[in-house]
Amino acid sequence: MSERRVRIATLVAALAVAILLPFFFEPFRNNQFSLVLAYSVAVLGLNLLVGYNGQISLGHGFFFALGAYTSALLIAKESVPYLLTVPAAGVVAFAAGFVFGVPALRLRGLYLALVTLSLAVVAPQLIKRWGSLTEGTQGLTVNQPTAPGGIGLANDQYIYLLTLAIAAVMFLLAWNLVRGQTGRSIMAIRDNEISAKAMGINIARVKTRVFAVSAGYAGVAGALYVFTVGFVAPESFTVTLSLGLLAAIVVGGLGSVTGAVFGALFIEFVPVWAGDVNQALTGFVYGAVLIAFMFVLPGGMASLGKRIKRIRKRPAKQDTRPERTERTTAREGLT
Amino acid sequence: MAEFVQVVVDGVATGSIYGALALALVLIFRSTSVVNFAQGEMAMFSTFVAWGIHQAGVPLGLALLGAFAFSFAAGAIIERVVIRPFEGGEPLTLVIVTLGLFLLINSAAGWIWGFNNRSFPSAFPDSSVTIVGARLDVESLGIVAVLIVVVGLLYLLFQRTGIGLAMRAAALNPDASRLVGVRVGRMLMLGWGLAALLGALAGVLVAPQLFLDPNLMGGVLVYSFAAAALGGFDSAIGAVVGGWIIGVSENVAGTYVNFIGADLKILVPLGIIFVVLLVKPSGLFGSPEVARA
Repeated sequence: MSERRVRIATLVAALAVAILLPFFFEPFRNNQFSLVLAYSVAVLGLNLLVGYNGQISLGHGFFFALGAYTSALLIAKESVPYLLTVPAAGVVAFAAGFVFGVPALRLRGLYLALVTLSLAVVAPQLIKRWGSLTEGTQGLTVNQPTAPGGIGLANDQYIYLLTLAIAAVMFLLAWNLVRGQTGRSIMAIRDNEISAKAMGINIARVKTRVFAVSAGYAGVAGALYVFTVGFVAPESFTVTLSLGLLAAIVVGGLGSVTGAVFGALFIEFVPVWAGDVNQALTGFVYGAVLIAFMFVLPGGMASLGKRIKRIRKRPAKQDTRPERTERTTAREGLT
Repeated sequence: MAEFVQVVVDGVATGSIYGALALALVLIFRSTSVVNFAQGEMAMFSTFVAWGIHQAGVPLGLALLGAFAFSFAAGAIIERVVIRPFEGGEPLTLVIVTLGLFLLINSAAGWIWGFNNRSFPSAFPDSSVTIVGARLDVESLGIVAVLIVVVGLLYLLFQRTGIGLAMRAAALNPDASRLVGVRVGRMLMLGWGLAALLGALAGVLVAPQLFLDPNLMGGVLVYSFAAAALGGFDSAIGAVVGGWIIGVSENVAGTYVNFIGADLKILVPLGIIFVVLLVKPSGLFGSPEVARA
């Protein structure tokens, strides 16, 4: 019981820090923190798909862009209240993910990676092609949410707290999803599709729904991104975004809900820090980190605590079995 | 008619470049069951090496040979150091590792040579011949000829030499091959080295037509994936034929279908990958996959 208490205490403390954070930093930093939260929602969604369900997507930047443009267009052209655009972005991306998830059923492992990669490549091109709607290359500027008067918050603080609230709900939903029966079916499919089928799990239904939910998360993240940045352009949603999201789940930890925050911190702050040194350093660090994590810490940052504990406990060289969450098993996907 | 012939021949020429890179992908997939996402970036890096050597005053032919030798060695080293520890692992791990390589090599090239466009000299004379009223570049015809020669050489290597036999054996059944004395590790390194060399060839063929910069192969890689998927990931002939089909359909669609135009050409390979993988996942020439519990 005590471990549970420790976890609850950690969670409460983390939440308190997250809420108090914007009161100690200048607007520029707060915007960065808001972006971290937005990315963390997308990373979480991708992790549901890749880490928990074993389907590889290299194209979640597409769904992120879809959500961002849905929200931006609704706000800029239809004057829809910005809060309503969050569910709208989620629903549009969810629907797109569902449509895409049906053919994805027939593709496994590498092949799904290939198809989704092309999705990521084609996203900016599609946005430019429908320039009459999306304003093409020059992008679309959107009015950001402003803090309601009388509550004593600056705009950046308000946007941050708004993003935090929405992200918290998304995390809660995801956590709830993976720990119940649905979560067990999702992971059973990852671990062994044929046995999962034998246990009576409807593979097609679970997989398409996970794909849709995952895309929906990316869509919501896209809308949150619009709140913070107030601007969308095709060049914001290139392949780098999709690959960054994948790098983030590797860093955070495949099959870990809390890992998404570490991953999002990574993709927000590494480019900021590396961009100061050299234009090429970001990609270099992304690449090196992806490979290094696979070598050293395949469970990501979320497994660091357990890892250290295990190394300390280990008397001799026994029990070096990887933990359940450390690797996703999808061997059948490969010829 | 003349225009159509020209569009088709140009399509076959660009398709040959896709085919060359697709061949590299197939070579690695057959020997190690890895789809190498970094193949295009390795090719780009090799092309930069050729450019650098040529820039230092070495004649183009020698510079190309130097770059090929470098690529072969680099490919073998990458296999040994980065890929070997993960071999036989889950696809996800290997996808992540090769994507890591993709980012690493891309940024390394940007770091060393910068992100500016550079022109790359062509190995072919800048002239053209007229056939049935169509003006065809010697370069296009040369590219097609090079690819055909390469496929012939690969065929001879794999079907008519002891090393080729050992490579095929190592890919098919590593344990049994080890028992009969095949040095499986060496064969895998050899496979990666050859693939890197093929990639370098694709790079120096495509670079004169585009401009040389670190993102040279980004688009080409997607087309090559489409070519390999269309032909079947384990078929060399399939890669080449797939490359041609992709090259021609892309060019024809880009020229004659208004909606697609130059911007959305990239939708053609995307659509092709999608349809092929759904209808015939093993591709036109590939062998179907079998799943066991």
